[in-house]
Amino acid sequence: MFDFKVVTNWIDTLLLSFLPGWAATLVECVLVALAIITLYAVFAIILIYMERKICAFFQCRLGPNRVGKWGSIQVLADVLKMLTKEIIDMKNVDRLLHKMAPFLVIVASMLTFACLPWNKGAEVLDFNIGIFFFLAAGSIGVVGILLAGWSSNNKYALIGAMRSGAQIISYEVSIGLVMLTMIVLTGTMSFSEICQQQADLGWNIFRGHIPAVLCFIIYLIAGNAECNRGPFDMPEAESELTAGYHVEYSGMHFGFYYLAEYLNLFICAGIASTIFLGGWAPFHIPGLEGFNHVMDYIPGAVWMVGKTFFVVFLLMWIRWTFPRLRIDQLLALEWKYLMPMSLVLLVLMAVCVSLGLTF
Amino acid sequence: MTLDNIKTLEPSQLRAEMQGLKAKGFDYLSNLIGMDWGEEGGLGVVYCVENTQTHEQVWLKTATADREQPVLPTVSDLWDIANIYEREAYDFYGIIFAGHPDMRRIFLREDWVGYPMRKDDKPAEQNPLRMTNEPLADDTTEYTMQPDGTLTTKKNVVFGPDDYVVNIGPQHPSTHGVLHFRVALDGEIIRKIDPVLGYIHRGVEKLNESYTYPQTLALTDRLDYLGAMQSRHALCMCIEKAMGIEVSDRVQVVRTILDELQRIDSHILFFSCLCQDMGATTAFLYGFRDREKILDIFEETCGGRLIINYNTIGGLMADIHPNFQKRVKEFIPYMRKNIKEYHALFTGNVIFQNRSKGIGPLTKEQAISFGCTGGTGRAAGWANDVRKNHPYAAYDRVEFNQVLRESGDSFDRYMIRLDEILESLNIIEQLIDNIPEGNYKEKTKPIIKVPEGTYYQAVETSRGEFGVFLESKGDKSPYRLHYRSTGLPLVAAMDTACRGFKIADLVTIGGTMDYIVPDIDR
Repeated sequence: MFDFKVVTNWIDTLLLSFLPGWAATLVECVLVALAIITLYAVFAIILIYMERKICAFFQCRLGPNRVGKWGSIQVLADVLKMLTKEIIDMKNVDRLLHKMAPFLVIVASMLTFACLPWNKGAEVLDFNIGIFFFLAAGSIGVVGILLAGWSSNNKYALIGAMRSGAQIISYEVSIGLVMLTMIVLTGTMSFSEICQQQADLGWNIFRGHIPAVLCFIIYLIAGNAECNRGPFDMPEAESELTAGYHVEYSGMHFGFYYLAEYLNLFICAGIASTIFLGGWAPFHIPGLEGFNHVMDYIPGAVWMVGKTFFVVFLLMWIRWTFPRLRIDQLLALEWKYLMPMSLVLLVLMAVCVSLGLTF
Repeated sequence: MTLDNIKTLEPSQLRAEMQGLKAKGFDYLSNLIGMDWGEEGGLGVVYCVENTQTHEQVWLKTATADREQPVLPTVSDLWDIANIYEREAYDFYGIIFAGHPDMRRIFLREDWVGYPMRKDDKPAEQNPLRMTNEPLADDTTEYTMQPDGTLTTKKNVVFGPDDYVVNIGPQHPSTHGVLHFRVALDGEIIRKIDPVLGYIHRGVEKLNESYTYPQTLALTDRLDYLGAMQSRHALCMCIEKAMGIEVSDRVQVVRTILDELQRIDSHILFFSCLCQDMGATTAFLYGFRDREKILDIFEETCGGRLIINYNTIGGLMADIHPNFQKRVKEFIPYMRKNIKEYHALFTGNVIFQNRSKGIGPLTKEQAISFGCTGGTGRAAGWANDVRKNHPYAAYDRVEFNQVLRESGDSFDRYMIRLDEILESLNIIEQLIDNIPEGNYKEKTKPIIKVPEGTYYQAVETSRGEFGVFLESKGDKSPYRLHYRSTGLPLVAAMDTACRGFKIADLVTIGGTMDYIVPDIDR
């Protein structure tokens, strides 16, 4: 397996050869930040294009097909349009909070984005409580949504934000418990170690067998709800609340919510592939050495991105098939079914691990 | 139907007579029509009540000579729908209904001057284009007639200062047009709904009084655009019967087939829009895919897709297209197959079932009292199909079931429509191979004058009983041409159906009620 540390170490030594230590660190930070922002934008564009094409496919339509070959630069055109749109200043809004809210959402989204392990040795934020940090950073987003609803001084926005707050906080319980269950299996909270373990021992979803598969399903449901995507798109609920919490936003401020929504989908899928499907770890079948060797030739980043897009596809499939739930049904689903189930799974996993019933 | 002997009552006798009729089982008030019979006849109202068991209709009228302050007794306590109808008569004719709890204008602006449907009113002079926003009052007036003949007023509150009122509409994705609900909420729970109508009021009935009969036809397509074929059918039939024109069998059968195609078109769109409202966007486009086939058939034969302009006085604008039978016969099995797909994708979905079963029920009594005809009434178990009760065109020679369900909730209202698509396909299948030969249009005089009299014709449109009430003085324009709107009773029932449910349910209930706004506002 190619270790990305080779590249980072080379850059590090190169910079240190003509710069003092602090300056080298500064330059590296800037480079990493640029890389993250570029990746963020590129993935957003790919995801939006993918969603439009996939939903067209589900709906017996063609999707974008005029701008560029197969409509491939349609999204770029849309991004340009969004960038040039006027940001309208509303009367009677809480100016500071109204302007701040989209940045909180995008910051939370970028922080969690930086947690994803792209390849062996290519983790941006990686420390021993990685999952903990991920959950904490992800929670900032809900503050942005609540602030957007509150500061807009609009009844639709306020109802949307309240729904969103209730929804995200509820489903975070399940996500936390499911992750805790997987931590019981892995014994570590560091994303790089989780991936390394899976490269050595096999993917967690196979190692943890029954509880892990159930956890994966719960994670997909709760993760979908965290991203505010259908059938859990209550906060936006186009047909009831027009656009929910971001109804008063325009131009790039709206664009931030839009971007964050898609990237949260990607991050949710990325974490699913990291803790359940092995992250950058290739697919191995014990005993088939030749097959495993071939799999090793595929770079880790390809594995990671491929698995993530597979999960994204699953989520889009759900999004475009189901009708929307009602807010009370949504909360009942979490508190009456998912949370008790995750608690049971946590105990089950602990029992399995302590009795050595995992692989 | 010619209404030769409408019973005339003094205003003082009206309430006793109406209470008697209600007690005798005449529990459906199908029409309440404001009238201006000029200086000698005075301002008045024509009532039509129907017995829902025997389908017998009784027509009554009453009038008052006082044009300064015309007062008539209310019947809004006997039939819920009279509440809205009397507001309409007040809005257009200025007739005050003593005892009505909510005497506000309904279609026109609250600051409108005059009563435009009165023959002596000059609306254009009194109402310049106003550049101010429309005021919406939070309270309303109730007039009471005292025994000594004076009129006292009382203020009733629509929304108090403590109500948390959210505006759903007039620009809102799920009101299906420019409809405005003021909704008082308690958290997410609906306490009260006040529909604000008239955003696309075009004064169709007023316009009709200055149009010739062929010109009036053009406006029926623009009422309920998903029942364009059927509404126009009703008006043509009413005028034909008034003039004694017998249309050929061919016309009758073609009209029936096209009415049923229109019904399928409307019900598919109902399905699509409901899915869209509930967030299932894929099912939405499935519906549009199939509706396209019907629109193509319409386009080929009639030239239009939405505004069809096909029926005319004495027959049809043109004969059917040579491909018509072939394409309709291809469509029947295609649609039967796709209905199964709708059920597989959407009906069986647990989220949809949880969101529609038991949501917004209307009991049979409520449906009748509100006059909610069509699928909404039949979902509650009220057999109100005009095609069965008062057959017209070719409906007496085809076999079909009137689909009825029991509980009247959103799920039943949804299922009724999907089942009716299958029934409509059956009707078409029976007729499509046996279209008789004959004239597609009878010869009429170049200037059409309807003989003096009063006429009424009802048809079953896609969403209920659509009635045409025509009063003629023998001129080339109607003296009064009133349409019984199918959507107005449905909107009137929204408050009853939605109370105690959540905002998200408002969307489901509104979707399954299946109203069309141009038809409400006229």
